[in-house]
Amino acid sequence: MLPAYAHLVILWLFAPIIVMIVFGFNDTHGRLNIVWSGFTLKWFENPFGVTALTSAVTTSLVTATIGAVISTILGTMIALASHRYNFRGKGLLDAIMVMNIAASEVVMGAALLTLFLAGNVPLGPVTIVLAQVMFSIPFVAITVRSRLVGFENALEESAQDLGASPWTTFTLVTLPIIFPGVLAAALLAFALCLDDYVITSFVAGSTQTFPLWVYGATRLGVPPQVNVIGTFIFMAGVVIAIGFASIQGWRNRRLARESAL
Amino acid sequence: MLLFFLLPIATLAITSLESGDFLSGFNFTWNFGNYSNGFDLYSEQYLHAVEYGGSATIVALLVAYPAAYWIAFHAGPRKSSYLLAVLLPFFVSFVIRTLAWETILSDNGMLFGPLKSINLLPSDFRVLATPVAVTGGLAYTFFPFMLLPVYASLEKIDRGLVEAAEDLYASKFVVLRRVIFPLSVPGVFAGVLLTGIPAVADYVNQDLLGGVGTTMVGRVIETQFEVNINYPLAAALAFVFMLGLLATLIIYQRIFGTEQIMGG
Repeated sequence: MLPAYAHLVILWLFAPIIVMIVFGFNDTHGRLNIVWSGFTLKWFENPFGVTALTSAVTTSLVTATIGAVISTILGTMIALASHRYNFRGKGLLDAIMVMNIAASEVVMGAALLTLFLAGNVPLGPVTIVLAQVMFSIPFVAITVRSRLVGFENALEESAQDLGASPWTTFTLVTLPIIFPGVLAAALLAFALCLDDYVITSFVAGSTQTFPLWVYGATRLGVPPQVNVIGTFIFMAGVVIAIGFASIQGWRNRRLARESAL
Repeated sequence: MLLFFLLPIATLAITSLESGDFLSGFNFTWNFGNYSNGFDLYSEQYLHAVEYGGSATIVALLVAYPAAYWIAFHAGPRKSSYLLAVLLPFFVSFVIRTLAWETILSDNGMLFGPLKSINLLPSDFRVLATPVAVTGGLAYTFFPFMLLPVYASLEKIDRGLVEAAEDLYASKFVVLRRVIFPLSVPGVFAGVLLTGIPAVADYVNQDLLGGVGTTMVGRVIETQFEVNINYPLAAALAFVFMLGLLATLIIYQRIFGTEQIMGG
């Protein structure tokens, strides 16, 4: 019973993905791409045929990359600081991070918009990046911190006792240990930024990102190129995930070999 | 962090007490009228949000728990592959996924069209544009936020405890009820929180899958900001909404502490 159920749940989760991929091959002629009308490869031959869509995708990739890099750096710093030191306000910092995740996107988007309006900050790519950094930092900090659990400060201290400068200690001792966590956090941040609709829609002004463009297009009919680009993104996700899994498997095997020796 | 989070919230609070309109400008006047106004006009949408978001959370929990249980206890060496399979669909933008649900659930679409043509369903049967579609869409969108914490807490359970209970002649069901479930409660609560909060606030699912009568408060806030340009009213609505969430969160924290949510 249970195994069948679990597979059914996975099928349910994949249902919209399958529909998305299949309708990327749909030979539709009207504006709506919801009725199957024959197989074609024409959308895959010309995935970037809709100029506005392509530029929205480019904007998304650029803002999400910059946003993910900044929030990975800041979030890792927060995780390291709160792991290493007991400073005043640490409890407050934790509470704010939880609140940030909990406050819900509509409220965050609305709050940021009022802030940008009050400060007369022109809405556009810059405000998009700022907003994305803001909401993805806690996710980075939590991911990196879970990697730090059990990480001994003694390792860093002994490196410094052996004459390593703080920077050397960081690059040769700390970073290699936390790197898997940082990489996972960076990917998570990138995915969150790329996919965000709600907060971005508040602070984007007239700038279009991929989710914003698709959402706007639902009124008029979504071109099949959206399915094609969605399929590409999904494939990229699959490749990254499988890459991650095989690196992990390879590491585990190596560890097992080393400890067997 | 302080700057990033508290500053926007402060401007939100200030804006919510302003009066005026877009053309003549807004001024700060301690205008609490925005709050009473917001309540009078949109209490129904607040209720919708709690209703659909709440039921979506329950649906997500009921669907996720058995699946997480099976992956954690019975999937054996393929455990991480299954976990990966659960997460893969969420690489695709949720706007696209919701659109795909719209295609699947449409009145004469791939699911209901055939069922209607063989008269298994009455021809006026519909799911799209009903609360059912909204709830289902929400449960789907935030599913990983439920499954992952539940899975994590099930995975941590010491198998020795389960064996001990079985050695003491507890039936499978009793083991589940008296040993496994109590130990997974922190994961369940974290999952409920992480699913419930975004589900209550979401308006994309409602907009694409729901009908005219299903508007949730998130949509109202968005419309007041973007379309009606009534910043003070929108800010007041958002602020009330946030206070409601915070109150829920504080009750939660009293019971379980932040560690459960922060994962250590």
